[in-house]
Amino acid sequence: MSKTRVVVTGLGATTPLGGDVPSTWEALLAGKSGVRTLTEEWALDASVQFAARVAVEPSEVMERVEMRRLDRSEQFALIAAREAWKDAGSPDVDKTRLGVVVASGIGGVITLLDQYDILRTKGARSVSPHTVPMLMPNGPSANVGLELQAKAGVHTPVSACASGAEAIGYAMEMIRTGRADIVVTGGVEAAIHALPMAGFASMKALSTRNEAPERASRPYDKERDGFVLGEGGGVIVIESLEHAEKRGAKIYAELAGQGLTSDGYHIAAPDPEGAGVTRAVKFALEDSGVDLSEVVHLNAHATSTPAGDVAEANALGAALGEHISHVAVSATKSMTGHLLGGAGAIESIFCILALHHRMAPPTINIENLDEAVTVDVVRDKPRPLPAGPIVALNDSFGFGGHNVVLVFKSFQ
Amino acid sequence: MSVTQAEVLAGVKDIVVEVAGIDPTTIEMEKRFNEDLEVDSLSMVEVIVAAEEKFGVKIPDEEVTKMATVADAVNFIVEAAK
Repeated sequence: MSKTRVVVTGLGATTPLGGDVPSTWEALLAGKSGVRTLTEEWALDASVQFAARVAVEPSEVMERVEMRRLDRSEQFALIAAREAWKDAGSPDVDKTRLGVVVASGIGGVITLLDQYDILRTKGARSVSPHTVPMLMPNGPSANVGLELQAKAGVHTPVSACASGAEAIGYAMEMIRTGRADIVVTGGVEAAIHALPMAGFASMKALSTRNEAPERASRPYDKERDGFVLGEGGGVIVIESLEHAEKRGAKIYAELAGQGLTSDGYHIAAPDPEGAGVTRAVKFALEDSGVDLSEVVHLNAHATSTPAGDVAEANALGAALGEHISHVAVSATKSMTGHLLGGAGAIESIFCILALHHRMAPPTINIENLDEAVTVDVVRDKPRPLPAGPIVALNDSFGFGGHNVVLVFKSFQ
Repeated sequence: MSVTQAEVLAGVKDIVVEVAGIDPTTIEMEKRFNEDLEVDSLSMVEVIVAAEEKFGVKIPDEEVTKMATVADAVNFIVEAAK
């Protein structure tokens, strides 16, 4: 039996590059960095003093009263979901056939830490009654589900930095297996705070280029020294092709398939052989039934860590063989920083727009390309993609050894 | 510390505006927290904790469950503060 075709009909995001999808895409093509020096007091004497905060604070687009009941990650989820739902035409759908799958890597960690401070300084009675709904990792998904009155199922897969991509794959399966006609899906993260930053810094995962924050996220560059923490997220609306056509929806692209594997290697380090990534790419191509020759673009996980970028590039080469030289590879974390659970979601949006506009976004900050990187990196300027049916891949990996590869196809 | 009903009402109004973000002119003695003022059970906890701090009173949980209207809360606080 052939698989139900799933298409993308709405996009929403709030990122370090813009408060919505159009402004983010424009800044991305222009090669702008969203990374800045942090001005918070806790950052002044931290080993890492910069990050990629969202370009538009939630307070600029959300009522104060609504905000105070929502963790920052939940605010991002609602902002992105509202844009995506509106972009999809705010369709009047059967709520029992509407699902939501929005992930986060860490959940409401800022709420947890802030309320712990209140517990210690003011006592238990002053701890907010909204604490638990704000810190639970399913909170972003649950709040989007509540707003849209989704009743087919509201879910939250968690796999660290692969969470956003895993969510979108899970959402696709909800449609393929007949549980839903339309699903709002993506990922968010809000973890720019002293403790998570100290934890990442302690494991030497973060860049320490304090003197030049905008140049710090430099995937594939010889001098890369770690990732830059970002915040924000992305949400897309996907639906069965039949459902989309019946309501006359605008279709951006097709979500054609996914590949999922795990490394079984180390809790945080990538398998240097990248065997799990290679298998995930192969499974994704099989699942989607696309022809390898159609694959023209890949949005890489490439976080700017010394070990990760090369292991990924090698694994992609092993999976795609000689065809890898025909794939335009973009590492957009060079501009957005690493949104953890939001990364797979915003990078899926970048793949979708790359297909839609036939334009691969650039990778910035490569001064000297690492010779060990053998993929064809789109550097500094966007690169046009060919006409005809084309395919873009988005790969995401998470601490724990989670590998997720999503396949997007131009729609015809 | 003794306070008047008007003083307590004004204080409760400030708290409800902060918690529920509604127009202060709509907050009157006979209004019900949940049905009229968008103060659900979770937000009611915030209102009570803030009121305790503001007026220096203790409001036991069993009293909170009986406070359906603004008047219920205001009158309890006036008595408790005497």
